[in-house]
Amino acid sequence: MTKQPTARNDLLLMAVFTLAILTMPIWAAPFGAGYPDLLQKFAIYGLFAVGFNILFGLTGYLSFGHAAFLGVGSYTAVWSFKLLSMNVIPAVIFGMMTSGLFALLIGYVSLRRSGIYFSILTLAFAQMSYNLAYSVLTPITNGETGLQLAIGDARILDNMFASEAATAIPATNLFGIEMSGYPGFYFCAALLIIGFYIALRITRSPLGTILKAIKSNQNRMNYTGLNTRPYTLTAFVISGMYAGLAGCLLAVTDPLAGAERMQWTASGEVVLMTILGGVGTLLGPVLGAGIIKYFENIFSSYNDQVLHGIFAFLPDPIENVLVAITGLFVGDGWHLTLGALFMVIVIFLPGGVIEGFTRLYSWVRAKVKQDAGGNSVNNGKSQPQSAE
Amino acid sequence: MSILSVNNVNKSFAGLKALNQVNLEVEEGSVHAIIGPNGAGKSTLLNCFVGRLIPDTGTVNFLGQSLLGITPHAINQAGVARVFQTPEIFGDLTLLENVKIPTLAKRDGAFSLRAWSRIDQDSLVTDKAEHILEDVGLIEKRDILAGSLSRGDKRRLELAMCLVQDPKLLLLDEPTAGMSRADTNNTIDLLKRIGERGITKIVIEHDMHVVFSLATKVSVLAQGTVIAEGAPEDMKGDPRVQEAYLGGAHL
Repeated sequence: MTKQPTARNDLLLMAVFTLAILTMPIWAAPFGAGYPDLLQKFAIYGLFAVGFNILFGLTGYLSFGHAAFLGVGSYTAVWSFKLLSMNVIPAVIFGMMTSGLFALLIGYVSLRRSGIYFSILTLAFAQMSYNLAYSVLTPITNGETGLQLAIGDARILDNMFASEAATAIPATNLFGIEMSGYPGFYFCAALLIIGFYIALRITRSPLGTILKAIKSNQNRMNYTGLNTRPYTLTAFVISGMYAGLAGCLLAVTDPLAGAERMQWTASGEVVLMTILGGVGTLLGPVLGAGIIKYFENIFSSYNDQVLHGIFAFLPDPIENVLVAITGLFVGDGWHLTLGALFMVIVIFLPGGVIEGFTRLYSWVRAKVKQDAGGNSVNNGKSQPQSAE
Repeated sequence: MSILSVNNVNKSFAGLKALNQVNLEVEEGSVHAIIGPNGAGKSTLLNCFVGRLIPDTGTVNFLGQSLLGITPHAINQAGVARVFQTPEIFGDLTLLENVKIPTLAKRDGAFSLRAWSRIDQDSLVTDKAEHILEDVGLIEKRDILAGSLSRGDKRRLELAMCLVQDPKLLLLDEPTAGMSRADTNNTIDLLKRIGERGITKIVIEHDMHVVFSLATKVSVLAQGTVIAEGAPEDMKGDPRVQEAYLGGAHL
């Protein structure tokens, strides 16, 4: 029996999730991740992955082009800062609108196919967007340099109320609160919590069930009286808007936008995050995003000196060999670590980290039950609980 | 009154004539069996009823409306449900969810955006889904994943998914193919009970035991043409049918 999540369980999940995100500066500190720049990344990429999971995990369509929406969100946000206001609210609203429209366009074409052909189409679209941003669209994207703020920007809304001309580039803000450091993190965290809640509601709704059914059996779907195309397009646009929002927040915390944000490696990264954490689960993508961003920051900052420090207790020749080997996996080579980790997860835990937790949970449960005495009644709940 | 009328339907695949001037009238409330040897065109004909295939020439009318060029989901919305040769169900969903999907389709139409309400608090859908699972005897398995069911249970579930929509016409493509004798008999019983609801059914079947226990009328298809038609008892001894089945070992 799979245990069905009830409204009360979901409320509990939301409470725990909210608490965990808001207290992250405290509990992440012992891991060396308690600084705002990294925390902001956790929240932003968590949001990206939660949205991606609605399309990939729920509906079963693997998009290899979601970085395009991330880029569109970033460019829109920076333009909103340049033209309208340094306030982040218009940036977020316009960023989601443009990425949503862009997703509608790309989704409408790509969703004519499914499976590998869909993936290739989205990949092609994203690479086209990337190359356009680099070349033809330079007036909008500022090409290789990337789109940046300048002192002389219009900022129409801000300048209407300003008494004197700006002497420096103003910071992005939320009604006066500067969006760097911890305030920036809490802004991203608030949006992650809202985004997570929306994803939860969608998952439990009739729409979510229909999306799961599309993933499970399209053939039956066609003969069940439901038109799959508008449903898949809805999922595509929603996840595109999540990606656009994540792109906005990247620009909110660091107001510049470059074409490399749209490259296929960035699209691949969100696929890795989702699979690593657990495809189709609610918490998995957030966990996966956290793990990958953590490794990226921690392992890439290690160098040979740090490693010598770690292995200093060993005799010199062994120390040197160990440093030479492990040195390949840190610093610029941290992708090797990520690759190895990814392979281990996919082979041993196809359900991602979440499946690992679920197995651990049921193992501990069984152990506790055993210790409590063999005569306890098996009430049919011994199978792993759904970890959502 | 006939619910489905097929007139002079032809269908060829790369020069091979699968259907040749097929005419068929399905009476409302009847159980119409279509039998015939392998390759007779039974499945091709069925696919013309649900929008998977479009006949080259001829007409297919359901309640006076042409079905040609209508998409499968629109045909289902019009009241035609289909059971497949191998049960097509949502293996990754629970039984209850499996039945809820067609219930939603029936109530909300081909597309509706209900993204905010909880499906488990939709008592109308839940009641209907639970009721039909009770009817087919699967209610105690409501929370397990449909993919783990036995073939016989999968067939029951698929039937439940069709019945929950109260279809006007139910198409059954070899509903007992690959089943054990016990499962076959269970399915026949189930289909007989459904018969009491007065749903018109078209059954494609190889198993003559099934045909003669269910059908009120039989059409025999051979090489893409209807060669004989009538009551099941008459068909049993018909020499044309015997010949089509090469000596009639099945009969």
